[in-house]
Amino acid sequence: MKVLVPVKRVVDYNVKVRVKSDQSGVDIANVKMSMNPFDEIAVEEAMRLKEKGTVTEIVAVSCGVTQCQETLRTAMAIGADRGILVQTDEELQPLAVAKILKGIAEKEQPELIILGKQAIDDDANQTGQMLAALLDWPQATFASKVEVADGKAQVTREIDGGLETLELTLPAIVTTDLRLNEPRYVTLPNIMKAKKKPLETVAPGDFGVDAAPRLKTLKVVEPTARSAGIKVPDVAALVDKLKNEAKVV
Amino acid sequence: MSVLVIAEHDNTELKVATLNVVAAASQIDSDVHVLVAGGSAQAVADEAAKIAGVTKVLLADSPALADALAESVAEQVLAVAGDYSHILFASTAGGKNVAPRVAAKLDVAQVSDITAVVSADTFERPIYAGNAIATVQSADATKVLTVRTTSFDAVAADGGRAEVSTLESVSDIGRSKFMGRELAKSDRPELAGAAVVVSGGRGLGSAENFKILDPLADRLGAALGASRAAVDAGYAPNDWQVGQTGKIVAPQLYVAVGISGAIQHLAGMKDSKVIVAINKDSEAPIFGVSDYGMVGDLFEAVPEMVTTLQ
Repeated sequence: MKVLVPVKRVVDYNVKVRVKSDQSGVDIANVKMSMNPFDEIAVEEAMRLKEKGTVTEIVAVSCGVTQCQETLRTAMAIGADRGILVQTDEELQPLAVAKILKGIAEKEQPELIILGKQAIDDDANQTGQMLAALLDWPQATFASKVEVADGKAQVTREIDGGLETLELTLPAIVTTDLRLNEPRYVTLPNIMKAKKKPLETVAPGDFGVDAAPRLKTLKVVEPTARSAGIKVPDVAALVDKLKNEAKVV
Repeated sequence: MSVLVIAEHDNTELKVATLNVVAAASQIDSDVHVLVAGGSAQAVADEAAKIAGVTKVLLADSPALADALAESVAEQVLAVAGDYSHILFASTAGGKNVAPRVAAKLDVAQVSDITAVVSADTFERPIYAGNAIATVQSADATKVLTVRTTSFDAVAADGGRAEVSTLESVSDIGRSKFMGRELAKSDRPELAGAAVVVSGGRGLGSAENFKILDPLADRLGAALGASRAAVDAGYAPNDWQVGQTGKIVAPQLYVAVGISGAIQHLAGMKDSKVIVAINKDSEAPIFGVSDYGMVGDLFEAVPEMVTTLQ
């Protein structure tokens, strides 16, 4: 069976972003970009299903600027068989991405789509669920374990206070949580191999999608900084402060 | 037009998060309705009817809704969505699971994790793990929002006298089946709503050592939390994780033990009222946000704190 894995190019998780002085957004010029960590987990999970023999083909998709090709190459170095770049220089919001992915899913007919639960730039946590709704497919978000057999996916998901298990009839959508797996290191031979894998470029318009943003960002500011307090010399002083100054114990 | 809050509950009782979401809804419009979608959830609806500021409760009660499957709950919300200008969910695992389905079906954008209501169409929300705050405006007909509960003070759980009306429930869609749920049993308060949180980081060194926090949490009546580093290292369960991708907490007192203070962690706890940090590294970033910092060996400081608090 075929698996589709959408991957997003985001500011690397180690970078502390700075807000632009004109409050129009965050400054991402000359900042290291990487694959969204949750998407890396999604590619890894697809690859593990392939290694088990459940999956025969992994198709990675990325929506955005030309440089998203690098993100697709990373996905292919982990193990994706081919890549699709939906190229646009316009800002894409989750609803638009979900509509584009719906178009790709209708063309590619995967049985499973694995996405990261959220991207670490806009922190929206929407695309997987939106795509599931648009396709009218069942979903299992925040997955910590995925097993696929006999046209069904059994997924354990992280919920508040514990775990729950769902059984989805394929085709279905899964979004990944941190614990699902630990992505492998990409090796040099695999990076070289990835360069030779097919990468197709399409446009949002090819799927008849109006990708115009629905939300307007009026401004982006730094959060109000929390100022550092004091250092106390020992436990006695700490407990005294908590009792008599902060009055929280 | 009225605004709709989707109740967070377990079919038996209403979760406190609902009260925070009602607070956010009340800032948008005074006519706040609450939808309780569940199975044998009459008690929850009765509880919701007493929330201060709620004018009407809608109860959709059906076995198809008992397990809170996203597909069914979203259909139930969509059945009444046309009557509302805003639909609000808590930004919890449950709310985040369902809200985008509703938004996509309505062909509207969703505004995730709002931390402030600027006006009926404009909201503040954190991006980049809370390192920036965006003010966004939605031009869509219906606003679908998830609400960061720690940013809105809960309204009173009683004082209201709303009528409860019963809706026709959606039927089971049948593509998704609930198999089981394992909830961690604990006598401690729930992490997300606890008044005191004691969290441990990589400095604890092992799952065994993590137990050193138990007596302190017992003494303070605290929930236990952990940094992502501690969770990744297997010292603590994943649902203890506080941070950008874990739980967002804002207790009265947050005690960070052996936590260096990575930005992902700070994003999850920096709105706490009082922050205490115990760390052997005096340069740890956690001291940059703590009210009271103590540089020292946590294995000595924590037991001593327990004794001193007695």
